[in-house]
Amino acid sequence: MEKQGMMTIVSNTPLAKDVYEMVLKGEAAKNISAPGQFINIKLDDGQTTYLRRPMSIHDYDESHITLAYKVVGVGTAKMKTMKPGEQLDVLVGLGNGFSLEPIKKALIIGGGVGVPPMYNLAKKLAAQGTTVITVLGFNSACDVFYEEKFKALGTTYVCTMDGSYGVQGNVVDVIKKEGIEYDRYYACGPEKMLDALVLFDDVNGYLSFEARMGCGFGACMGCSCKVKTAPYKRICVEGPVLKSSEVIINE
Amino acid sequence: MNRLAIQLPGLNLENPIIPASGTYGFGYEFSQFYDIDCLGSIMIKGTTIEPRFGNPLPRIAEGRAGMLNAIGLQNPGVDKVMSEELEKLRVVYHHKVIANVAGSSMEDYVACASKISTHDMVGALELNISCPNVKAGGIQFGTDPQMAADLTKAVKAVSKVPVYVKLSPNVTDIVAMAKAVEAAGADGITMINTLIGMRFDLRTGKPIIANKTGGYSGPAIFPVALKMIYQVYQAVKIPIIGMGGVSEARDVIEMMSAGASAVAVGSANLVDPYACKKIIDALPVLMDELNIKDLKDIIGRSHQYD
Repeated sequence: MEKQGMMTIVSNTPLAKDVYEMVLKGEAAKNISAPGQFINIKLDDGQTTYLRRPMSIHDYDESHITLAYKVVGVGTAKMKTMKPGEQLDVLVGLGNGFSLEPIKKALIIGGGVGVPPMYNLAKKLAAQGTTVITVLGFNSACDVFYEEKFKALGTTYVCTMDGSYGVQGNVVDVIKKEGIEYDRYYACGPEKMLDALVLFDDVNGYLSFEARMGCGFGACMGCSCKVKTAPYKRICVEGPVLKSSEVIINE
Repeated sequence: MNRLAIQLPGLNLENPIIPASGTYGFGYEFSQFYDIDCLGSIMIKGTTIEPRFGNPLPRIAEGRAGMLNAIGLQNPGVDKVMSEELEKLRVVYHHKVIANVAGSSMEDYVACASKISTHDMVGALELNISCPNVKAGGIQFGTDPQMAADLTKAVKAVSKVPVYVKLSPNVTDIVAMAKAVEAAGADGITMINTLIGMRFDLRTGKPIIANKTGGYSGPAIFPVALKMIYQVYQAVKIPIIGMGGVSEARDVIEMMSAGASAVAVGSANLVDPYACKKIIDALPVLMDELNIKDLKDIIGRSHQYD
């Protein structure tokens, strides 16, 4: 199965402030082997956006991939303007992804644009009978998305930094305040949030990191980070998911 | 008769296409995409005597038709490269490779070169005197003709295989550098390394790359590479392996016309992992279109107009 393929845009719709959902259709979806893997998108002829854009996978099946992305630069601004029927050159099924363990209680944590990749994992955990509790963190009420999707899978808490929606504070505040118990936690979000989670519990977590990447498949060493278990790991190959026990917090 | 074959010191290339060092890891990562045995050779990731983690992140930024990198020569050190990385590559690749040797002192280069040149997969060395992303050494050897010559001599004295020297474009007179390493005994030249550049965050003004500066590569530098290869070809007799922004078969024809005997493909591999294979497949078709019978006939043909 070729990891590179052309996928057709099925829909591209707004979700929240500057956040859009894009559904892609194509055979390349078959390359995904675990939730938490990512795809790397080539956007054009290589002028303003020369490198591919690594994007997390929100949900997938045999022939579809759903992404949710935030417009932060020229690449995502271009994605926003793309119409159903247009095609994208993608590398699919990159990175290690989350492993599904037979646990009783899972805590799913998503922060901002780190929310999307947690959904397919939560869905699969719920399907295997694991109790799923979710905490979603955003900056403000206008940034909130996908709350209903997670609610359908189990108890879901939403917090905002400015208190304009849900609980005021960050995801760790919510976990402490609600006294949430879990066997494992799984998280994706800004590095500050991931660092705070590692400080909170460095034993039971799996965290998905992001980094600027040259290639996304292990060739350029652009995304290497130091870890406790090896001289380094490439976020694109040995990541993006790292165990909390191996994360070294950058000062 | 293979019309794509090129003979170079230490290298019998079935075709002139070689992934450039730093854009292809130790090669085997790409066998998840295609059978890499189609490659003429492979310039493996820059190797130093001791392991190096490299620079802090971010190490990558973008520009129009190109990218900046400041990896900082991350590699597991020469011993592991020989015992692990090249052994993994051996499983999927059956031609000679070019080992890119880097260092921060003359002693480092010599020690690394004398070790790695004994490996049976290594057909030639590429002396990296032009990495813009390490603080000590590297680029100093690449900007001073006398230092470059001394280093070339010292490495030639210990290497079991031919030595190519990789030149930096970040100099006033690249021809002087080329002549100096030729006089010192270099078997060939590879050129050009990246051009030093910067990008800044639009909102904060902060440099995007943690190292502040990085090396710029990609299609944007192609004409710069052509001009420098053209100049150096006029001034030296040793062969040139050209590189700098090559993205498709037509770029290969152009670069060989300027004077390159073989062509390395760099950043294009990161954007399209199939780039080298596509170029190799496209070359015979393009040669037919252009009435080129044998690729080696066009090396330096642009100089008939000198």
